[in-house]
Amino acid sequence: MKSFFGKSVYKGIVLGPVVVLKQNDFQVKRKKIEDADAEIARLEQAGNQAKEQLQRLYDKALKEVGEASAAIFEVHQMMLEDEDYLDAIHNLIQTEGVNAEYAVAVTGDNFSEMFASMDDEYMKARAADVKDISNRLIRVLSGEEEVDFRSMTPSVIVADDLSPSETVQMDKEKILAFVTVHGSTNSHTAILARMMNIPALIGVPMDLDEIQTGMRAVVDGFDGKVTFEPDEELCNQTLHRMEKEKEKLQLLQTLKGKENITADGRKINIYANIGSVGDVGYVLENDAGGIGLFRSEFLYLGKSDFPTEEEQFLAYKQVLQTMAGKKVIIRTLDIGADKQVDYFNLGQEDNPAMGYRAIRICLKQPEIFKTQLRALLRAAVFGNLSIMYPMIISTEEVTRIYEIVDEVKKELEAEQIPYKVPEQGIMIETPAAVMISDELAEMVDFFSIGTNDLTQYTLAIDRQNAKLDDFYNPHHKAILKMIQMVTDNAHKHGKWVGICGELGADLELTEQFVRMGIDELSVSPSMVLRLRKVIREMKCD
Amino acid sequence: MKEFSYVITDEIGIHARPAGMLVKEAKKYESKIVLTKDGKSAEATKLMAIMSLGVKCGETVQVTIEGADEEAACEEMTAFFKENL
Repeated sequence: MKSFFGKSVYKGIVLGPVVVLKQNDFQVKRKKIEDADAEIARLEQAGNQAKEQLQRLYDKALKEVGEASAAIFEVHQMMLEDEDYLDAIHNLIQTEGVNAEYAVAVTGDNFSEMFASMDDEYMKARAADVKDISNRLIRVLSGEEEVDFRSMTPSVIVADDLSPSETVQMDKEKILAFVTVHGSTNSHTAILARMMNIPALIGVPMDLDEIQTGMRAVVDGFDGKVTFEPDEELCNQTLHRMEKEKEKLQLLQTLKGKENITADGRKINIYANIGSVGDVGYVLENDAGGIGLFRSEFLYLGKSDFPTEEEQFLAYKQVLQTMAGKKVIIRTLDIGADKQVDYFNLGQEDNPAMGYRAIRICLKQPEIFKTQLRALLRAAVFGNLSIMYPMIISTEEVTRIYEIVDEVKKELEAEQIPYKVPEQGIMIETPAAVMISDELAEMVDFFSIGTNDLTQYTLAIDRQNAKLDDFYNPHHKAILKMIQMVTDNAHKHGKWVGICGELGADLELTEQFVRMGIDELSVSPSMVLRLRKVIREMKCD
Repeated sequence: MKEFSYVITDEIGIHARPAGMLVKEAKKYESKIVLTKDGKSAEATKLMAIMSLGVKCGETVQVTIEGADEEAACEEMTAFFKENL
């Protein structure tokens, strides 16, 4: 039994088997071999096995995310059959008498360097594909099992850190908890954990070499403690506590179908934040009144190429139809900063949080923006859509956005494609937007306050830097004053205002927000009923 | 021997996915199909070689086809380029 403490991002408790996710940094050893033919036969067998894995990935992706994103696995299969690539490997085995793993590693490096040295940004990024197939081949050759989320039993995921594209690819049904060495309480792993209602610990000082897949672990989000190989007594205690938590959650279920109304009659909308089409189930399950923040990045993350208009249109349409007339607020692309995507080729920035991201990319590369807007305007016909633009700092940006929306509208008109221009609002997440919220309120239909970025920009504190967590005071007076100012300015112009950052789910502030006049709170689906409980128990006056 | 030239209209050029489709298509024929751009050549059945030509939008590729089924291959390949690239 071995325990470690970390920072908890969701209060829950669970007992389950561990899966350790390690970075692909195998040390490939060079060995002398006697029988080159046998080695080549071994390579061939491994190649077939790797192709089978890729075929399964292709089938899975085809069903879940569509043909365009599945295609990369087909390309990987063909890369594994590439004559030049295979010839180079065979050659090394035959002439140098080295083992297949080593020959693959060397060839993989050579080919990926060839791509990396090309002057085309897109082709440069293909170096990663060559590395990927080579690593897959080496893994099969050395008998290492790939973590297959499909056949995995629900597990506690233990890792150094998880990137957004890694978490996006995970099958959420199979995750009991996250335990990571790095990451901060506002990182995407943390956000995902809150969304899924599962305990998560970050900043856990454990040695990953000492922890193996298959061990058992208790993750206690209340005490911020993880215990590997727990003894009988702790296991029983944990099972008992899990049972009690379940009862508490069941009690909340009785609030389903009830209104979000204070004891003295003030009503407020509680919507949910989601990050993929699959999350819509959580929204309905928790009885949210709508979707207050649909992060459209999921369509762009974990891909090798831009999602097409059709792909986006179908995803948006599906969500709108599933929500059947309830409000769905989709935020346009918010890539950049901590969310990097290879094919955008955004390049290295010294200060990405204040860099080329979100609406700035959209206004600089309108062709990307237009594809998304076309898909949104077309989908708007199928439900109650609102579009929300992130990272606004000026009225000129809003004017420019409206010009582009108008162009898109005219194009669709000319092509005789059915469309609708829905309600359009902006995120208030920069101090600049707060200060000119009076002018902005005249131009847009609504405001949604993004408290994570607003806090980061106002307090000058980096969300991703765990060292600063102690200085990060989400209840800082400056933030609360800003929220009041934005609310007053919105109401002055007859517009509604919501909060969609983590602060919206902060039960200690709910009462204050209602008094301030906030019209909508958008929170992770798991928080909807808890918030409803607080609101129904409070009095406004 | 048959040959034709084609100006790429796909925004990102011959990227991974169409290159993969091209290889699949080219493997259907007995004829040897070669793509040439700026003096660099690659056989149409070799995925990485084609990708390493780095053909971008607006650039011209020369396609030569030689073999028993070159007539049919040329016709089908012309259609393929128009459709996908």
